[in-house]
Amino acid sequence: MDYHTMREFADSWMLLAMAIFFVGAVIYVFRPGSRKTADDAAQIPFKDGE
Amino acid sequence: MKYGPETIGVGLFAFLALLGAAFAADDLFAQHMWVLFFVLAGSTIVLLRKATFAPAAPEDPGAYMDGPIRYGSVATMFWGIVGFLVGVVAALQLAYPDLNIEPWLNFGRVRPLHTSAVIFAFGGNALIATSLYVVQRTSRARLFGGNLVWFVFWGYQLFIVMAATGYLLGITQSREYAEPEWYVDLWLTIVWVAYLVVFLGTIIKRKEPHIYVANWFYLSFIITIAMLHVVNNLAMPVSFLGVKSYSLFAGVQDALTQWWYGHNAVGFFLTAGFLGMMYYFVPKQAERPVYSYRLSIIHFWALIFLYIWAGPHHLHYTALPDWAQTLGMVFSIMLWMPSWGGMINGLMTLSGAWDKIRTDPIIRMMVLAIAFYGMSTFEGPMMSIKAVNSLSHYTDWTIGHVHSGALGWVGMISFGAIYYMVPKLWNRQRLYSLRLVTWHFWLATLGIVVYAAVMWVSGIMQGLMWREYDDQGFLVYSFAESVAAMHPYYVMRALGGLLYLIGALVMAYNIAMTIMGRVREEQPIGAVQPAIQAAE
Repeated sequence: MDYHTMREFADSWMLLAMAIFFVGAVIYVFRPGSRKTADDAAQIPFKDGE
Repeated sequence: MKYGPETIGVGLFAFLALLGAAFAADDLFAQHMWVLFFVLAGSTIVLLRKATFAPAAPEDPGAYMDGPIRYGSVATMFWGIVGFLVGVVAALQLAYPDLNIEPWLNFGRVRPLHTSAVIFAFGGNALIATSLYVVQRTSRARLFGGNLVWFVFWGYQLFIVMAATGYLLGITQSREYAEPEWYVDLWLTIVWVAYLVVFLGTIIKRKEPHIYVANWFYLSFIITIAMLHVVNNLAMPVSFLGVKSYSLFAGVQDALTQWWYGHNAVGFFLTAGFLGMMYYFVPKQAERPVYSYRLSIIHFWALIFLYIWAGPHHLHYTALPDWAQTLGMVFSIMLWMPSWGGMINGLMTLSGAWDKIRTDPIIRMMVLAIAFYGMSTFEGPMMSIKAVNSLSHYTDWTIGHVHSGALGWVGMISFGAIYYMVPKLWNRQRLYSLRLVTWHFWLATLGIVVYAAVMWVSGIMQGLMWREYDDQGFLVYSFAESVAAMHPYYVMRALGGLLYLIGALVMAYNIAMTIMGRVREEQPIGAVQPAIQAAE
């Protein structure tokens, strides 16, 4: 596997995979019903009573 | 026997250091191994004196392991003052070249000592201590790995001592922010993997189902630094017992590897790690949850995907291919979005409690840190634009930019976190004095403002002088003239740094008094003023 093969892989499939992952992460964050989960998670620092 | 294996291990390594000094291939390696020998032999004696044969008290598996965090807080304070002091010395050396004391204390050796002391010794200890504090409390689990965390703490201090003494002796591989030679790099790799094991192990055994966002930032910092450190330091030593090594890469590939490392050290060490700090300590000190937890997750992923590509902007107008320069510029500009998203998220955490900025100097410090995070992450992308970079690059503007991020963001958020943690770690009712925190705040703020403003003026002046042509097409100024023109700014810069150092000394006094359990009697900040009495 030489430089050019890696370079072509990087600017095609790898780029696509990372873009899809990022868009997927954003959609997941804003999915219906995520507000309550997020609000619960935001309370974690206050749970241990210190 | 308590400390039995540790004592034998450290003693054995002291003996190996002695052998290294005896069979060294060059003088520098011999000197460095003597340093290592004395450090390790001293540690062995300390360990022997602490040895006890009483059965160890059973540890409470439910309690948090805070001992290493207490040590880490003190180490952060200590290295911070060392690093700031060396910074003031370096600034004075630039203003008054006579202060270059050959050979150990000339600027070329003092400068990496300053950068490594503030970034890796001060910043690194602050990150390790706070990450271990946060991960236990947000996972509701004791640290994983028992005494492994002590190895991480002391191993990291040994790395700092070896790196710092190496610079002063003149041992360097000349890679910016990665100056230590191969054998010190190998040691840091071992320590860092142990750190990852402790941190990740604690996350895995957590009792809280969700991994709090601060831990994501800390974990990304640990993993990415491991990757950056290993790749950037791929090198072949010339001899097994000598200091010199050669990089695996050559030419422009080497330069790009170096700046891929260098900029991501900024992105993941000085940004992601300290954002982890922000996402825990700001909500705790403000007693309110983070403004938008969902925004924090997007902040995280956007930062991860963008930062790693920004490094080439350090190599504008060099032999690096144009497409790579443009790539670095575009990704740097895109970083505006997550950076400002994160800044807004941090600041808006205070919404509905803005009065705390008036009454709570620790919150004020954190807010200033977040404001500087916003300002320096605005300035950085702007400077990465090629047209701007053609003026700013190689000038003091860059130095000013780095310091507004380092003193303003990294320094202030760490101070805030230490002020928050110390009374809790030592079970004190509160800090010794909140009034002294106010003093620290204003000394540090004034120092940063002086520093950054002076470097803007001198940097832009320097850039303009370098590119000034007359109508015949000749350069108007010689390089030495631009150096002479900088003198007043260099003096003022040293003054700014001195103010910041004095602020840190005030903090050290306050922290020491808090640890000793003293409480200063003082009027609470923001309390109602006593009524004015009529003159008699």
